[in-house]
Amino acid sequence: MSEPLPQRQALRLHVPEPTGRPGCHTDFSYLHLSAAGEVRKPPLDAAPRDTADMAYSLVRVLDENGQAMGPWDPQLSPELMRRGLRAMLKTRIFDARMLIAQRQKKMSFYMQSLGEEAIGSAHALAIDQGDMCFPTYRQQSLLLARDDVDMVELICQLLSNERDPLKGRQLPVMYSIKRAGFFSISGNLATQFIQAVGWAMASAIKGDTRIASGWIGDGATAEADFHTALTFAHVYRAPVILNVVNNQWAISTFQAIAGGEATTFAARGVGCGIASLRVDGNDFLAVYAVSKWAAERARSNLGPTLIEWVTYRAGPHSTSDDPSKYRPADDWSKFPLGDPITRLRQHLTLQGEWSDTQHEATQKELEAEVGAALKAAERFGTLGHGHVPSIASMFEDVYKDMPPHLIDQMQQVQKLGGRP
Amino acid sequence: MNARSETEVVPIASDDKTTAMTMIQALRSAMDVMLARSGDVVVFGQDVGYFGGVFRCTEGLQAKYGKSRVFDAPISEGGIVGIAVGMGAYGLRPVAEIQFADYFYPASDQIVSEAARLRYRSAGDFTAPITLRMPCGGGIYGGQTHSQSPEALFTHVCGLRTVMPSNPYDAKGLLIAAIECDDPVIFLEPKRLYNGPFDGHHDRPSVPWTNHPLGQVPEGYYSLPLETASVFRPGTDLTVLTYGTMVFVAEAAANETGISAEIIDLRSIWPLDLPAIINSVRKTRRCVVLHEATRTSGFGAELSALVQEHCFYHLEAPIERITGWDTPYPHAQEWDYFPGPARVAAAFKRAMEA
Repeated sequence: MSEPLPQRQALRLHVPEPTGRPGCHTDFSYLHLSAAGEVRKPPLDAAPRDTADMAYSLVRVLDENGQAMGPWDPQLSPELMRRGLRAMLKTRIFDARMLIAQRQKKMSFYMQSLGEEAIGSAHALAIDQGDMCFPTYRQQSLLLARDDVDMVELICQLLSNERDPLKGRQLPVMYSIKRAGFFSISGNLATQFIQAVGWAMASAIKGDTRIASGWIGDGATAEADFHTALTFAHVYRAPVILNVVNNQWAISTFQAIAGGEATTFAARGVGCGIASLRVDGNDFLAVYAVSKWAAERARSNLGPTLIEWVTYRAGPHSTSDDPSKYRPADDWSKFPLGDPITRLRQHLTLQGEWSDTQHEATQKELEAEVGAALKAAERFGTLGHGHVPSIASMFEDVYKDMPPHLIDQMQQVQKLGGRP
Repeated sequence: MNARSETEVVPIASDDKTTAMTMIQALRSAMDVMLARSGDVVVFGQDVGYFGGVFRCTEGLQAKYGKSRVFDAPISEGGIVGIAVGMGAYGLRPVAEIQFADYFYPASDQIVSEAARLRYRSAGDFTAPITLRMPCGGGIYGGQTHSQSPEALFTHVCGLRTVMPSNPYDAKGLLIAAIECDDPVIFLEPKRLYNGPFDGHHDRPSVPWTNHPLGQVPEGYYSLPLETASVFRPGTDLTVLTYGTMVFVAEAAANETGISAEIIDLRSIWPLDLPAIINSVRKTRRCVVLHEATRTSGFGAELSALVQEHCFYHLEAPIERITGWDTPYPHAQEWDYFPGPARVAAAFKRAMEA
């Protein structure tokens, strides 16, 4: 006798939703956090499949009291930690000042990295000069952590003025600074993730010792280039660090819509045969230690590493965005991994290596430094008033040499002499 | 204005031995020469490495230069072009293959948004000196996805160079120039011309390159300038602007009608050799534009507009455009689709009668 067929139900489309919308609280239990010090540190030559558990847990060093715990404690010198704290503060102050400048119409657009400062700052200090980062538009901390990048130059790019190194061709924040290992930012999401793999392959082809570091957000992992990057990095064992910054939001879209529901972005790496780690992105010490581990692994020809940095996009997506329309206004204060600056400050203070007085003094000093840089940059023009790059520079660099049709078009515009 | 127009084949150094080559062999020879000349040249794509390519264009190169210089890639056009851009940014000179031009679409974002704009958006901080080889064109019963001519999708993109050879000699010289060029080059190879010239008379036996003068190719290094057209066949009655397989179709139509058609093989589709076009049309006062690609917004529209702008007072007849129809490339109706010598001859006659 055959069993009766089960009653067929009407199918239902599942569309993920964040638990928190304006006016109600987010339930952050979906994050699946581990305690500080709890997660093991695998050997540098760990097989990718042996990192599977790491992709579903969370590497953390700093506990709630600011104590460094467990095998991932990088045991940094107080000096390096102070440097890190300073880099994070500098990034936050820079962002805040540029936000005001955008509101004052000195620039057309800006994107803050509020709450994500630890990731780029610690990563920049963990990799070597000569390594190449392929950032998104929210890794300004990679630049601001470096002493050899002049803030005036960055602000000139934001202002599109006559000293803009990109000659006014790019939207603000789309920096390109090759000498600082910072690849040209593109507006097209995820494209740089596969390019980082290609750069790393080139380094391997030439027998170089430099590695690449690719960057992507949670939302952009849904782009095809995320998958091509993982495939190519795995196939050719490219010396690359594949960084996924999971700040929970892609503009208004919760990370569950990107494919984060009931899984992790780190798990994608394991599925593609790449060693993968999931890390507290607001824990400067964890970011430093894991970046160092992945860099050493790549540099030792042991292959790529994928890292999911769990953090929270504390600010609006951009100056054109209003998050109060799609998420709770107090969401960041409820985010269980806190504020990266507060956490490192607490740790350093606990060690007796930092004080409120030092903190306030550093903050003041950085505010003055950023203010002075803005003032210096404004002397070369702002969007509203000034000296934009020349008409000719609109036609240069399309090709290495200007072809006849562009010479012709340039001469047409020059004849108009700036008249629309 | 571009003053580099040439009307004759570039002379070859007398000590450089020439050999009869097919277009396949000529392209392979170009890559061989460039792999040997620079350690920065790398060749990759789907089935390109061990197997030597589905069209044999890279046969033997992996054995000669090793797997780190010539290698197989996953089936991912976006990935293939994406790594090429990254390698170019590092300082290599990648030569990547897309198996059929019909399959470049997944790489569109990397080509249009990245390769084409990298120099511009970074003000020269980073560049993409990459060459993307893509077999293109119909006339082989390739159906919808093995016959397309997507050149207009590239010529519309600022920052790209689009090149298409019509014979083994040009194929090698232009591919070497493309690899050496610091701009990204879309290198379209008419697969119908891989083994021999083809004039559209599909009912006649195919001829090999062996006995054709343009099948004589120097063994060593030489390059042909980009942005330079060649006068494939001199004439006085009308000017034919074309490239790829249609060069031979135009030649057949000229021979069959007895019309003295001057056939300009553009070779570099964009940026192109405008003086060569202007000089010829002002002389003949009539112009026919020919390509396999579909008509509407095809590259022929740009050619027609340029001729109209620059030769208006010299024209005796409307500019004719003979192209593929505005349909996907069919399978069974191949020879009703492909712009063959009969259609071209009719256009020549119309132009002369106007």
